[in-house]
Amino acid sequence: MKLIFEHSVAGRRAVAQMPRRLDSLDDLPEHLLRRDEPLLPQASELDVVRHYTQLSQRNFSIDTHFYPLGSCTMKYNPRACNSLAMLPGFLDRHPFAPAVTGQGYLTSLYELQQILIEVTGMAAVSLAPMAGAQGEFAGVAMIRAWHDSRGDTARTEIIVPDAAHGTNPATAAMCGYTVREIPTDAQGNVDLDALKKVVGPQTAGLMLTNPSTLGVFEQQIQAIASIVHHAGGLLYYDGANLNAILGWVKPGDMGFDVIHINLHKTFATPHGGGGPGSGPVAVSERLVPFLPLPRVGGESGHYRMLDERDCPRSIGRLSGNHGNGGVLLRAYIYARMLGGEGLRRVARYATLNANYLMARLQQTGFDLAFPKRRASHEFIITLKRLKDQTGISAMDFAKRLLDYGFHAPTTYFPMLVPECLLIEPTETESKATLDAFVDAMIAIAQEAQAQPELVKTAPHTLPVRRLDDVRAAREPDLVWSVGRECAVR
Amino acid sequence: MPWLTAHWLKQTTTEKFVEMPFIPHTPAEVAAMLEIIGAPDLDALFDEIPADLIGLPDAALPVALNEMEITRLMHDRAVQDGRWLNFIGAGGYEHHIPAAVWQIVTRGEYYSAYTPYQAEASQGSLQLIYEYQTMMASLTGLDVSNASMYDGASALAEAVLMAVRAHKLSTRVLIPKTVSPIYRATVKTIVAYQGIEVVELPYDPVTGTTPVPQNEDVFAALVIPQPNFFGQLEDVDGLTDWAHARGAKVIALVNPMTLGVLKPPGQWGMRDVSGVQGGADIATGEGQPLGAPLSSGGPWYGFLTCRTVLVRQMPGRLVGRTRDADGHAGYTLTLQAREQHIRRAKATSNICSNQGLVIAASTVFMSLLGPEGLRRVASACHANTRALTTALTALPGVRRLFSGNSFHESVVQLDRPVAQVLQGLMQAGILGGYDLSQDYPELGHALLLCATETKTVADLTRYTEQLAGILSVGQTA
Ligand SMILES: Cc1ncc(COP(=O)(O)O)c(C=O)c1O
Repeated sequence: MKLIFEHSVAGRRAVAQMPRRLDSLDDLPEHLLRRDEPLLPQASELDVVRHYTQLSQRNFSIDTHFYPLGSCTMKYNPRACNSLAMLPGFLDRHPFAPAVTGQGYLTSLYELQQILIEVTGMAAVSLAPMAGAQGEFAGVAMIRAWHDSRGDTARTEIIVPDAAHGTNPATAAMCGYTVREIPTDAQGNVDLDALKKVVGPQTAGLMLTNPSTLGVFEQQIQAIASIVHHAGGLLYYDGANLNAILGWVKPGDMGFDVIHINLHKTFATPHGGGGPGSGPVAVSERLVPFLPLPRVGGESGHYRMLDERDCPRSIGRLSGNHGNGGVLLRAYIYARMLGGEGLRRVARYATLNANYLMARLQQTGFDLAFPKRRASHEFIITLKRLKDQTGISAMDFAKRLLDYGFHAPTTYFPMLVPECLLIEPTETESKATLDAFVDAMIAIAQEAQAQPELVKTAPHTLPVRRLDDVRAAREPDLVWSVGRECAVR
Repeated sequence: MPWLTAHWLKQTTTEKFVEMPFIPHTPAEVAAMLEIIGAPDLDALFDEIPADLIGLPDAALPVALNEMEITRLMHDRAVQDGRWLNFIGAGGYEHHIPAAVWQIVTRGEYYSAYTPYQAEASQGSLQLIYEYQTMMASLTGLDVSNASMYDGASALAEAVLMAVRAHKLSTRVLIPKTVSPIYRATVKTIVAYQGIEVVELPYDPVTGTTPVPQNEDVFAALVIPQPNFFGQLEDVDGLTDWAHARGAKVIALVNPMTLGVLKPPGQWGMRDVSGVQGGADIATGEGQPLGAPLSSGGPWYGFLTCRTVLVRQMPGRLVGRTRDADGHAGYTLTLQAREQHIRRAKATSNICSNQGLVIAASTVFMSLLGPEGLRRVASACHANTRALTTALTALPGVRRLFSGNSFHESVVQLDRPVAQVLQGLMQAGILGGYDLSQDYPELGHALLLCATETKTVADLTRYTEQLAGILSVGQTA
């Protein structure tokens, strides 16, 4: 497809969308002004609308396709959450407008805080972090602030299981910690002996996802908590998988000191082609003073943002304002539409769908990474045997699924399971969709035997064929410039 | 909490199959699924979770509302937040957003997709990001752009980290006091644990801009805001050349809306002919003015562009154009060896999800406005703020605080506490600006105001008349 720049015609303007005239800048000195013209399209409103509408049709999305991307909780995003968060009263409010002008907004956020405190079993929450990774940063920074506040500065390490998401070790490093990785045992649990060996007076904390990124519940969580706490470390809960236990198991009850919640997963806010997300952090009593700012405080009718004067021991601010406010509104609306009962139902049906899909795939001959375990809200199959037999990799398989009209599961994560697909159906998908997915999986497994080339060269029905990632990295082409050759298709 | 709780608790002991919002399962389907699993009931699916961890239903949570009920509630709240005539800027700017922008990007194909991991099934988002990268690189006059950071303040922190990694010899970074105090606070939080020393540079109280420093030890980078937090235009050329002559990187902190008319960071400096390479090395800032609603502060996005030599130090996603198996052009995430999912503890940043949908909005916004639209918006903001400042400073008790050039915000000094005046203006439905006296007590009763292109002549007159009325009370002649 053409680039928007290739639709550009010098002198064409979407005049209805812009101010009527160019005002004078004659009071500004010449040397501070721009001489050249930025490379922006010159197009009509229809040109732009048609181009971006056509581009949208080259995307898979939840609204158009089953999207079982493990660890991402691609559940249906209710439309009311969007339209209500975009009411003019919410959209038009300036972040520095006084609190009295935002009681509708602040009330919603305050109540969202209460809901999150309830479902996590923690003492307090800050909605400031703008995605899971920023929640992790806030969490680990608070762990550090807590140790520092006790003069305990010899703690230099954060322990992370090898199955952990990449943001966990990257966060620990940003907070100035050395990362100690520990292995996973054959059943997908943390290797307790290895943990006992690495834990010590240098341990600041442990970051854990539960259910883990392997799609199983970490059964020894209480033992892990006691080992880490005994050594003086704190426990961080990566809440990316909260959907699996929402309303049934509270991270606070498992012994966690700090957790982040990905609202763009568990609370159905949009993933937006990459974001915006939202990653509130919740903490146990001892970490409350360190929560990032701002937080919503006050009382009904008089809510306001708490700042440095209210919370002098805070780790500080993570953004210019208050995180992703519009995303927080969407999460709040979702929570209210589900209510306590509906939130609890989420985990139950997400787990049902995952276990059903896992059982069906196993019964049709796929290898489970952890065949003796229940699935949480997601599970892993490994295509190692298929690869050995046919040369078809998990990547080939994933690409062929696209031809069948399914977004691929997460591939090659966690890295410790070879040729893996991490499959997360979510609670909003029907049995019929899951069955159709199983049919496609069976069909592809047969193709892998009978017509391996077909699978190896997939996809065949999408706007582009398999893309050359090596070329993309070797000869980076990151921006277009005038005079460059056009896109051919 | 003012919500209904308790009554649903009675129903949870027996599983209710009807009326499950957003869950499509019928009782017959659930039974069939359990049979395939070989589980007697739904409870059995949790049998690996230690029993003492499983909690009872939470009585403190509210009952479910249907769409009609939640619509009523949120409408009431949105109306409660009201409509104000807004003259606050200070990092967030009220601009007209064409109707097409959010209608297009809230299409499900954009709204409900995720990071384009499966490139062939995500060509829409990927091509859009490539177009975005092209626009931002050109707007800032630099070579490459990433696919967004969370917001302007956190992006500045990432730019600082990036510059320090690139400089290698020093971990000192100079940030003028004319950078937003909230941005400075955010940078401090985010870089706190990596041994970086942030040095604040003073401003000239006459011009409200940053003088070229006299002496400085070795430093890794200088941040240059343009326009600065006071709305004043800095001597970007002089500051850039000064930093480059000392081997430091220049981080431009810019408002992208102004770049339709202001000199882009990539062209700053170079007045010095002593062989120093001109132009900022990194540009960053808040993308909100390009199509994101104010929305109480988010979601907005941070942009980050740089010179090609720095691209491997970039945090976040990058999209590249490549070819498919048939030789046709296509787009994919690239240079991922910088990122957390590959490099883990050695990644350039921990960022994973970014602000994808908001840059989609920005891309549509920039496409609709084009170079001419951007120029017109920027010039209208400049003209409106100039007109308002002129009108207000004609009132007794109001004077312009800084000499020199300002762009679309300006600082006026009042004869009484700003908070009190703002309170008075609110009585007339006006949000009169940002009170500087808390962050900059040395400026006295200083008010930062902003009139964007959304303000009419009548709006400016209304502000002026109301302020005149407020100031006339208790004024000594
Ligand atoms: C297990 C896990 N942890 C952390 C994250 C990071 O969250 P975010 O992308 O919101 O920063 C993710 C998701 O991408 C995840 O799956």
